[in-house]
Amino acid sequence: MKNSLIVLGWFGAGILVGRLSLLPEIPTLSNAALYVVYLLVLLVGVGIGGDAKSWQALKATNIKIVLIPLSIIVGTLAGVGLVSFLLPTIGLRDSLAVGAGFGYYSLSSVLISQARGETLGVVALLSNLIREIATLLLAPLLVSLFGKLAPIACGGATAMDSTLPVIIKSAGKEYAMVSLFSGIVISIAVPILITLILTA
Amino acid sequence: MVAVILFFAVGILLGHALRHRSKIIALADSLTMWTIYLLLFVLGLSVGVNRQILQHIGSLGFQAAVLAAAAIVGSVLASQLVRLALERPVDEE
Repeated sequence: MKNSLIVLGWFGAGILVGRLSLLPEIPTLSNAALYVVYLLVLLVGVGIGGDAKSWQALKATNIKIVLIPLSIIVGTLAGVGLVSFLLPTIGLRDSLAVGAGFGYYSLSSVLISQARGETLGVVALLSNLIREIATLLLAPLLVSLFGKLAPIACGGATAMDSTLPVIIKSAGKEYAMVSLFSGIVISIAVPILITLILTA
Repeated sequence: MVAVILFFAVGILLGHALRHRSKIIALADSLTMWTIYLLLFVLGLSVGVNRQILQHIGSLGFQAAVLAAAAIVGSVLASQLVRLALERPVDEE
């Protein structure tokens, strides 16, 4: 959560500097930043690949548990796909891309801005941030209404880090491994699915 | 854009190869954070100078919230199906 605030602080500072036109020339995400985006996905990959906990979680699970992140991915995309037909300015493909952030708002907003422009990037940032905050706030309610997988589903990619503590608190310690595993698989899916959705 | 997937895959393999070099992984993690700060600052900049976005922020925020709600409902419902599927064999034992 502390990290989220710092990330948002930088975003807010950017808006302020841009609004006040403090910089003579405004860099955009479209050209030079592309290489920074490549660097970011490389680094995110190193972080996931180098995380000993990740590999332990992947090894410790049986095949059935793969159904959990898989269902969360399919359910998310089905949900945003259906609702996209009700939205005034965001179409099916763009809705799927935003949904494919699965709560990972920093990475998804950057990737989507790069591919589709800042407007959809901002939608991705807000939508995925809302998903994270909703998980932090609703985890206990979700457990009592829908059972212990529900906060893990709600958390999406964030179930491996930022929302893991509230998930453990509301669903119990025995769900820590499932949450970690699900979050890792979904985090790996984020850059892959966003790229496929926006280029296919 | 497809290069994104390639860089990501190379990163995962690299990280896996270096997983016992905790200093390098820690360095990569803090570099990740600073790259995110930089890119979100730049995203903020382009939002700040783009009057279109700020003018429509209400509509964009509303649509973002609808998408988040749909994502949550869809994923929670789908996880219910899996829960039922996973629980059944246990019940039969």
